[in-house]
Amino acid sequence: MKIVATGSAVPDLIVGNQELTGFLDTSDQWIRERTGIEQRRIHQGDLEMLAARAAQNALAAAGLSAGQLDLILCSNVHSRYLTPSLSSVVQGLIGASCPCLDINGACAGFVYALEIAAAHLQSRRYQRILLLCAEEPTRMVDWHDRSTCVLFGDAAAAAIAVPEGEAPLFKMGVVSNDQAIYAYHGPGNCPYEKSDRRETPLVMKGQEVYKFAVQSSQADIQYLCGQAGIGLEQVDYFLLHQANARIVEAVRSHLRQPPEKFPSNVRRYGNTSSAGLPLLLDEVNRQGKLQPGDTVILSAFGAGLTTGSCLLKW
Amino acid sequence: MIFETVAKILGEYKDVDPATITRDATFASLGLDSLDTVEIVMSLEDAFGIEIDMEQSLQNVEDLVKLIEAKKA
Repeated sequence: MKIVATGSAVPDLIVGNQELTGFLDTSDQWIRERTGIEQRRIHQGDLEMLAARAAQNALAAAGLSAGQLDLILCSNVHSRYLTPSLSSVVQGLIGASCPCLDINGACAGFVYALEIAAAHLQSRRYQRILLLCAEEPTRMVDWHDRSTCVLFGDAAAAAIAVPEGEAPLFKMGVVSNDQAIYAYHGPGNCPYEKSDRRETPLVMKGQEVYKFAVQSSQADIQYLCGQAGIGLEQVDYFLLHQANARIVEAVRSHLRQPPEKFPSNVRRYGNTSSAGLPLLLDEVNRQGKLQPGDTVILSAFGAGLTTGSCLLKW
Repeated sequence: MIFETVAKILGEYKDVDPATITRDATFASLGLDSLDTVEIVMSLEDAFGIEIDMEQSLQNVEDLVKLIEAKKA
């Protein structure tokens, strides 16, 4: 599998920490010290439009038309649609005609999409796969809850994968835990509903998630290097889920690797769920930092609790 | 012995003399926020060969010492 192009789209609206202090009992300093986040983007329209722009940017970078795609994998947790899938909506918007499906691996969704894509490409069932991550966590949080709403932003980002190059290595996992990070739908109006469960905005147990993230990410990175028979120093870039700068820094420090190998943009976008990793990949790619043959490790974690790490040759 | 190890790990993390760390010192008074506390917990897990879940409320050094004593018992 080879990623031949990346693309992204972020909302125009930039909301800085200071602006949040207008309606939340928080401060720029508190948010920055605990998360590294200074601002986030919040979309004000429909997520599918942002997703379509990201897909079109990736297609343009690849020099492909939407009609040449033969599969769309879309990682998404929340959109205005319960059904149809976001990928079906985006497929129509960009003028593609291929099959498509959504996956929900929460913040680790991009790595899950990569793993599914790698298997399909290896089997030669599909030749050109669009991996699209589009997320609007700002619609899942309680904007009165200062412990969660300050953390998130919206974004869409994409990559196009083809069956060339070396097979990537993956380390995927789930440690089932529906209380560390969760949000509930409303029960609807089914007259037979017996539970008193109500719609619940996102709840996240920060300390528990931090510990899980730091421990699983460093273990998975070391596992992948072991599988590849290389040392950590032979990895050119570690691209980690951009949830919190403190988590990225903790993993880096535990692995004793230099900061320049851990690019980060959480400062500008906050946690954009599964879109964060391809958004960072697109940024690093467009900056020309990635050279053919570079060894890159992607590592993410999310609600589930899901984990996904991938070692690939650029 | 457990308290001494906890104080040593806290001292290393904050770059302060472990002798100045008391049992009743709160994490906040040591300049540790909630995520620093998790880092301390992870170091203590390695030092004592135990697992500490983050469900419980840990406010001060004594809370940590008691928790480790219970796990080691």
